[in-house]
Amino acid sequence: MDDDNESKPIPSRRRFLSGAAGLSGAALVGGAARAENLKNLPPNVPEWTRALGDGVAVRPYGHPSKYEANVIRRDVSWLTASKESSVSFTPLHALDGIITPSGLCFERHHSGIAEIDPEDYRLIIHGLVDKPLIYTLADLKRFPRVNRIYVLECAANSGMEWRGAQLNGCQYTHGMVHCVEYTGVPLRVLLAEAGVKGSAKWLLAEGADAAAMSRSIPLEKALDDCLVATHMNGEMLRPEQGYPARLVVPGWEGNVWVKWLRRLKLGDEPWFAREETSKYTDLMADGRARRFTYVMDAKSVITSPSPQAPVRAKGFTVISGLAWSGRGKVKRVDVSLDGGRNWREARIDGLVLDKACVRFYAETDWNGEELLLQSRAIDETGYVQPTKTELRKIRGANSVYHNNGIQTWLVKRDGEVENVEVS
Amino acid sequence: MSKCRSFAVVAVCFLLAAPAVAGERHLGLGRAASPAEIAGWDIDVRPDGQGLPVGKGSVRQGEEVYMTRCAACHGEFGESAGRWPQVAGGTGSLSSDDPVKTVGSYFPYLSSAFDYVRHAMPFGDAQSLSNDELYAVVAYVLFLNDIVDEKFVLSRDTFAQVKMPNQAGFYDDDRETAEKPFWNAKPCMKDCKPPVTITGRARVIDVTPDDKAARHGAD
Ligand code: HEC
Repeated sequence: MDDDNESKPIPSRRRFLSGAAGLSGAALVGGAARAENLKNLPPNVPEWTRALGDGVAVRPYGHPSKYEANVIRRDVSWLTASKESSVSFTPLHALDGIITPSGLCFERHHSGIAEIDPEDYRLIIHGLVDKPLIYTLADLKRFPRVNRIYVLECAANSGMEWRGAQLNGCQYTHGMVHCVEYTGVPLRVLLAEAGVKGSAKWLLAEGADAAAMSRSIPLEKALDDCLVATHMNGEMLRPEQGYPARLVVPGWEGNVWVKWLRRLKLGDEPWFAREETSKYTDLMADGRARRFTYVMDAKSVITSPSPQAPVRAKGFTVISGLAWSGRGKVKRVDVSLDGGRNWREARIDGLVLDKACVRFYAETDWNGEELLLQSRAIDETGYVQPTKTELRKIRGANSVYHNNGIQTWLVKRDGEVENVEVS
Repeated sequence: MSKCRSFAVVAVCFLLAAPAVAGERHLGLGRAASPAEIAGWDIDVRPDGQGLPVGKGSVRQGEEVYMTRCAACHGEFGESAGRWPQVAGGTGSLSSDDPVKTVGSYFPYLSSAFDYVRHAMPFGDAQSLSNDELYAVVAYVLFLNDIVDEKFVLSRDTFAQVKMPNQAGFYDDDRETAEKPFWNAKPCMKDCKPPVTITGRARVIDVTPDDKAARHGAD
């Protein structure tokens, strides 16, 4: 391996952000694709076609290609005072399909990652129950279980964008979302084992992390579709996602999906914990705040093109994005190329599931003119994703949480993409 | 259903066939939790005081706890040291362009603060305060917010006397009525507005990570 660009650090910002190797072909715009190595191109025969590669089990737990090293969770170091109470964002711009790879699912920890020894894991169910119970992880794994694909969005996703376009990349504007398959025990089955008393109306769910993060959940929801999950995407939960057991609360803000779940308490009133009063309440313009705004409304974002995924060539171009709704299935996604003046229906491809992400595409021929890309999701309840202006008209700009406004990306003549707001 | 032969498989088939009745049959998994086991983890406190531990602490005692265990992050007056959360002040700011949410300006109930400190503070040394220290330091945070005077002693008995200024500042989620116009299954598709102009750009206030050169005083 004598040369060349492959092994050198990638210098420019644009290269850094766009990451993957460039397209060959004449009409490169946006420049800065990584140079090709002619030795590997036909008629030459590249090294990997001549020499043996790594054998089996050399990579006992497989990793993505080294050429995808830029596709990682990233944080915004100045956003928070400590990494332990902070957030890292899913690199949405580099992903496709609806399933988020486990290692790329965004993180929001309140006191860092609890590293729980599965032998010492315990879940206590108590309060207004006939028989307080304690479960080991082995107990949980003996229960009948189900598999469900759900979206999880942090209530603060896009929270930086309330006052106007701010962060230049959909990883940062929209990356507090992921969609994975969970394997878990229906919460109602676990609760039934303890025998919920008739006076119980609320459930407190508490984590085993150093914040012992806790939230109140109405019993009706707990008995409806919640799960206590042990697996994501087929394997045990990642520590960052609550190993060995987390709550799954379909359609509701991520904060209530308590990770490292250690305690479930039945009560007759909500607890008004700090995370449902000081935080995760939506401050309105008049200084009063909405509370228990659990449901995540329909939302969508174009993931490519986007600031970290510029357009590299004129001609046929696929616009791609994600949409989801906490109220049910996504029914339709529309895409606009002119900032919301005219719309056309996008093509949803792949699974369309309740409270999960859908992947949408809109194909276009791009001739190098400026575009103002937008997408809007419509769910099966008839809810239409609003513009940011419409949202601000009702909520003001201090809300922090639940910003599901329509995102605008400006595609410039050179293919670079910028986060903007439009009239 | 012919596959439902063994006991375990029968249970699974039964549950899947009729999820609403899952609770009608006990699986007998897990064991009874003892009162001592529960007590060690049962640390939540409600607005009505349910869950409060035995103990008490004065503002004066709280000052010492606060200065040694909290002030390095939250500031001597609760004003925040650096970028750690501010825990005092902010009164009257909630409807301004720069709302400052603190225990005094925003928390609706004393329990929301007490329960949180009991769960999570001091940051990095959670659940290390004695019950008396906990009462005392919370009393001191109330004092920093001008909610109690310097002679106040917080205990299970005095807990209910404390009224938080912003208790009436919250209401339940009303999106389904307040935002009803968003349920508009037939949104405009053509010529929905005049040609658009750009009203704001991320570049103007670029705070994008990994791009320090283009960031304007974001720190
Ligand atoms: C090492 C720094 C540090 C120390 C020491 C510390 N805190 Fe904190 N405190 C934090 C952080 C960080 C948060 C926010 C955590 C989060 O949101 O996940 C916080 C949050 C709080 C809050 C909630 C603020 C709000 O508006 O929601 C209160 C109240 C609080 N701390 C009180 C205390 C008290 C009392 C002590 C001392 C016993 C203490 N803290 C010690 C870092 C610290």
